Amino acid sequence: MSVPRFWRKQPQRYNLIGSKCETCGTYYYPPRTVCPQCRRDGKMVEHKFKGTGKVVTFSIIRTASAPYDYETPYPIAIIELEEGTRMTAPVVCDIEDMEIGMPVRATFRKIVADGDSGMIVYGTKFVPLK
Amino acid sequence: MREVAVIGVGLTTFGEKWDSSFRQMCVEAGIKSLEDANVDGNQIDEMFVGNMSGGRFILQEHISALIADAVGLASTRHIPATRTEAACASGGLAFRQAYTSVASGMSDIVIAAGVEKMTDVDGGVTTDALAGAADREWEGIYGVTFPSLYAMIARDYMNRYGLTREQLAQVAVKNHYNGARNPIAQFRKEITIDTVLNSTLVADPIRLMDCSPVTDGAAAVILCPLERAKEFTDSPVKVLASTQATDTIALHDRRDISTLDATVAAGNRAFEMAKLERKDIDLVEVHDCFTIAELCAIEDLGFCEKGKAGIMTEEGETALGGRLPINPSGGLKACGHPVGATGIKQVCEVVEQLRGEATGRQVEGAEIGMTHNVGGTGATVVTNIFRRVN
Ligand SMILES: [Zn+2]
Repeated sequence: MSVPRFWRKQPQRYNLIGSKCETCGTYYYPPRTVCPQCRRDGKMVEHKFKGTGKVVTFSIIRTASAPYDYETPYPIAIIELEEGTRMTAPVVCDIEDMEIGMPVRATFRKIVADGDSGMIVYGTKFVPLK
Repeated sequence: MREVAVIGVGLTTFGEKWDSSFRQMCVEAGIKSLEDANVDGNQIDEMFVGNMSGGRFILQEHISALIADAVGLASTRHIPATRTEAACASGGLAFRQAYTSVASGMSDIVIAAGVEKMTDVDGGVTTDALAGAADREWEGIYGVTFPSLYAMIARDYMNRYGLTREQLAQVAVKNHYNGARNPIAQFRKEITIDTVLNSTLVADPIRLMDCSPVTDGAAAVILCPLERAKEFTDSPVKVLASTQATDTIALHDRRDISTLDATVAAGNRAFEMAKLERKDIDLVEVHDCFTIAELCAIEDLGFCEKGKAGIMTEEGETALGGRLPINPSGGLKACGHPVGATGIKQVCEVVEQLRGEATGRQVEGAEIGMTHNVGGTGATVVTNIFRRVN
């Protein structure tokens, strides 16, 4: 990912800032500028998510795409946040512990680095909620 | 709208075609389709080329001009040539655009082709290019691969409907049986359930033998108004429906992880357009990029109740000779999956089946067939229904 492309999304990725449509009350993460239900009648405002949720479904990636190769095997999951929207993110835990319905919380982590001297991309990963 | 017929089909063999270039493959399939249709190149009015990712796989964009040029229709007749892209549904889209062009009266004789050259780059690049069919910013960045997205569908499905690992494997076994009888297939080899269950884990619970391969290949079809079809061929195939639907690009935004609502929508529109019932269909080519995808397709197209496609497969209902043969070509799994070509290849297979020319894998007495082509994890779906013209 290029620096401008990453920078544009930085606060949302770091702090789980999404959007809420004040017209229909629906929460969105990743953030949206248009509510798919209300479209131009929707009124979108920023919303910072609590960061707790549960695993809806998951996989353990054994063959990765470049440049994620060094991390395999790693769990990836669709997480349903408490406020009621879903997102895709890695889970940091023993792969044997992964299960559907597992409660998790968001944590700030390094996602991937562009070699030894390139840009480091940070973002949200999840850890089991003990 | 005019009625439309398919009057010619052409395919290259599918596989690791290291001795063929992108444009050679597309030209080969195109010429075969012209010969099959008895159409002269000078009669072609318009061209559509389905291609997912020439820019990543061979570093070539502007595919439409490249192909029109290679067949001599650019510098001489300057026909309109258009590339269509919707990830793995790029070929399906080329077909639908060609259909729309003929049906509208804008063009008379139109060629729809699909092509992909996937073996010129190494594995990590291929995986990354394919991940671009999902949401790069919010799925791809976290290291999500395409198999892992379908693996998340598979796990959700297994958890909710009690699908067994063996039933999932049976999809691959059945499609390899069919592929072994298809002369253009990448894998012309039968396999057993153990072959699937002992293959390498790619993204749990998906194993290597649940995945369609990386493939080079091209396919082409010729369309014309139905009323003119007999000028060219004794065995035209009528297009009863050609529909397309869209859903969210990211899997996490779907209403239901295990239901492809775009398949449901495109399928419903197709049956409505064709004025047919599910029971009227004799065979279907569905998008089995992973074994779980075939089961979802069978259900989402309405051929059985949700959660029952595994049992239907286990009991042989979808095998050659079964109640509803699915993927007689071997599907994406055994025939191969050159992403941009797949949607056109499915049409070629159904046309050959309806003409009674699918030697070795023929569905006896086939009169009506359907195709189902998916882009991404279900963000784009194209479905078509065809009928033999006697
Ligand atoms: Zn709204």
